[in-house]
Amino acid sequence: MAVEMLSYIDRKSPIHQLTGVTKLICFIVWSSAAMLTYDTRILAFLFVFSILIFMISKIKVSEVSFVLIFILVFLFINNLAIYLFSPQEGVKIYGSSHVLFEIAGRYTVTIEQIFYQCNVTLKYFAVIPVALLFIVTTHPSEFAASLNKIGVSYRISYAVALALRYIPDIQRDFRNIALSQQARGIDMSKKEKLPIRIKNAASIIFPLILSSMDKIETISNAMELRGFGKNNQRTWYRARPFQAGDYVTLAAFGLIFVTAMVVTFHDGNRFYNPFV
Amino acid sequence: MKKRVIEFNDYSFKYHSQTAPTLNNINITVYEGEKVLIVGPSGSGKSTIGHCISGLVPFSYKGEVTGSLKILGRDAQSLDIFTRSKIVGTVLQDPDGQFIGLTVGEDIAFSLENDCTDQMTMKKLVEETAITVEMNEYLPASIHHLSGGQKQRVSLAGVMVDKVEIILFDEPLANLDPATGQYAIELIDRIHKETNKTVVIIEHRLEDVLHRHVDRIIVVDDGRIVADMSPDKLLSSSILEASHIREPLYVRAVKYAGCEVKEDMKPSQLHSFSIESCKDKLLDWFKAGNQVVPKEGKSPALDLKDISFSYAPGHETIKGITLSIKKGEMVSIVGKNGAGKSTLSKIICGFEKPRSGSILFNEQDVTGDTIKERSLRIGMVMQNPNHMISKHIVFDEVALGLNIRGVPENEAKKQVEKVLKICGLYPFRNWPISALSFGQKKRVTIASILVLEPEVMILDEPTAGQDLRHYTEMMDFLAELNRQGMTIILITHDTHLMLEYTTRAIVIDKGRIIADKQPSLILTDSEITSLANLKETSLLVLAKRVGMKEPKAFVEHYIAYDREVRKKWQ
Repeated sequence: MAVEMLSYIDRKSPIHQLTGVTKLICFIVWSSAAMLTYDTRILAFLFVFSILIFMISKIKVSEVSFVLIFILVFLFINNLAIYLFSPQEGVKIYGSSHVLFEIAGRYTVTIEQIFYQCNVTLKYFAVIPVALLFIVTTHPSEFAASLNKIGVSYRISYAVALALRYIPDIQRDFRNIALSQQARGIDMSKKEKLPIRIKNAASIIFPLILSSMDKIETISNAMELRGFGKNNQRTWYRARPFQAGDYVTLAAFGLIFVTAMVVTFHDGNRFYNPFV
Repeated sequence: MKKRVIEFNDYSFKYHSQTAPTLNNINITVYEGEKVLIVGPSGSGKSTIGHCISGLVPFSYKGEVTGSLKILGRDAQSLDIFTRSKIVGTVLQDPDGQFIGLTVGEDIAFSLENDCTDQMTMKKLVEETAITVEMNEYLPASIHHLSGGQKQRVSLAGVMVDKVEIILFDEPLANLDPATGQYAIELIDRIHKETNKTVVIIEHRLEDVLHRHVDRIIVVDDGRIVADMSPDKLLSSSILEASHIREPLYVRAVKYAGCEVKEDMKPSQLHSFSIESCKDKLLDWFKAGNQVVPKEGKSPALDLKDISFSYAPGHETIKGITLSIKKGEMVSIVGKNGAGKSTLSKIICGFEKPRSGSILFNEQDVTGDTIKERSLRIGMVMQNPNHMISKHIVFDEVALGLNIRGVPENEAKKQVEKVLKICGLYPFRNWPISALSFGQKKRVTIASILVLEPEVMILDEPTAGQDLRHYTEMMDFLAELNRQGMTIILITHDTHLMLEYTTRAIVIDKGRIIADKQPSLILTDSEITSLANLKETSLLVLAKRVGMKEPKAFVEHYIAYDREVRKKWQ
């Protein structure tokens, strides 16, 4: 079976119990908090707390490892790029410079820069578990309903939900196509040179697009034939009413957000400065 | 006088993307409560008629319309697709693609959601509709985990929840195994009787649909209506033959025997067919024929030894399969959906690695070989041609494998042209593949494997979605390759295909081989046919009714005779 990344994982956990709307709002609040603050103490707290939530959800790290590695690689590239383009950013922010060693020209390594980049990384770390959880613990059908409830047009909500739902299908197609191409002698293993491998990979993309187009045609016909898009609104069979747990969670997240903002901005600066 | 529900008057339709009209001056009237079957070869325009009724033409597929179409007495142009969907419920061909909801309940509720029905009413309506199709126990179940027949019931419920007047089935039997197909036809019949709705079925598997009574059959060929009459009258004419639609086999056999089929003999259903007058002719015809001698085995081409495989730990898809296929054999692998047929073929090609056991090719162990190494000897043609085609032009697609192997251009060109000629694709060699029909695409994929000259070829449902003429062309072509020495393995649902073209059938159930013998022996074993969701061929029932001593031999005689007759078509 294909590696099914980023699809709903069914478990019995308090996180799964929450309605999709609650999870969506919490996710937005959480990422806003993490994006706005550079306060190391807050970020560290968010990070620890998000790990805790992840543990409560009973999702195993191995189940999301592929995406996780993917994100970490990007994070690494991002960090490298920050340093290349702006090696003195930390010095500018914290107003001091403790040089550890020099490389060339303005490329010196300062404690401030390291600290700054650690903060950036921590931001990601605080958001990643929550983002992954939101995707893998929200039932795709409830996903559309929740987007719609917070005011997104139901057409767009449904489009997003369908896209997410087709990820496993497309992965399965991709695998089938890749296998059938290999059976005709197209080598995609490491034995082949990189430029040829890239060219060979293109021979998978074309059939993948074709078969996906087929799917889109069928599903859009089926939806239209059953009246999708007739009214400006629609109801949801799977919509769930809010329960005590939802209110408590929302209140808790609201509190965390407000506290985080107060702590961050009370001294008029987004950054926590340990160098003064 | 009954109410007219659907009325086509001098109706023509031309898709914008095509130069010639798909429908030419058609006139059809369907009355309230009728059950009508529309048959026709692929490309005849029968699906387009369905689209016109459902509203996909002209709302999704644009084109030019002349003449008029009235639905419930109202001009179809004035009914937009949403109004139309409240009148006509359409069950589409693709069993998987048409599901929108993830669970049974959700999918049935889809159109209610779009109507802004409140949740309480919705749950009640869904429950009621689910009871009609006997799916009320499965409301929270995920659709992906249902069987083919259950999926069909869910899609039917999804349109019935709207209280539609007309239910339209677009090829309901495609992708269903014979037994499930039979069940689907029974279900449609029951719903029709209980609700008295108008039912329109579009299908080319005529014999399977006639498993239950239909009021009228409309035959479409080349965009025109060539017949519109009762099943009994149609079967006693020669219209079906002229349009290359497979008649029920028992009717064909009676005709071959030189007996005239008349309307009052009620040929539309075998149990009511009065064949007393034909008995002698049938017996004579059988005596006159000669028997088919099965091919004797040579050295083994492919050996599987105790192969086991599982996708997830604890769930074995293949359980200790041992199998030997001889050089030059043409065998079929049959079994119900999910029995492990496709998985087995994937293991043979190296797409999946078996958990235990070994695979021998020409008595050499190839278990450890990569997909690429195995592809030098074993060619695999997948069920969905879109999964294989990666080039724009027919010639390039077929040449792809040779180019990769580094065959010099001149040499490659020669080989590709030769294969294109064999496959009847030479005239299309410079065509874009997107302009080809499904059946032609399938042939392109076969050609692209054939050009690599494998010793064994595996084909997954080679004839799915093909009408009788293309079916015959394709299968005769494979039979010819087989005569030239290629070993061919077919994975199929089609009972007649396995009977007609293969000398040996391997039946798989729950990951095990439950039978491995001559197809005619398998189809006469009721225990195996029911385990594998196969269906007894009507020829056998006919032979028994006539009182033949060797019904199996009669079936074989028919097949040999029929093949000779159909050769004259080309």
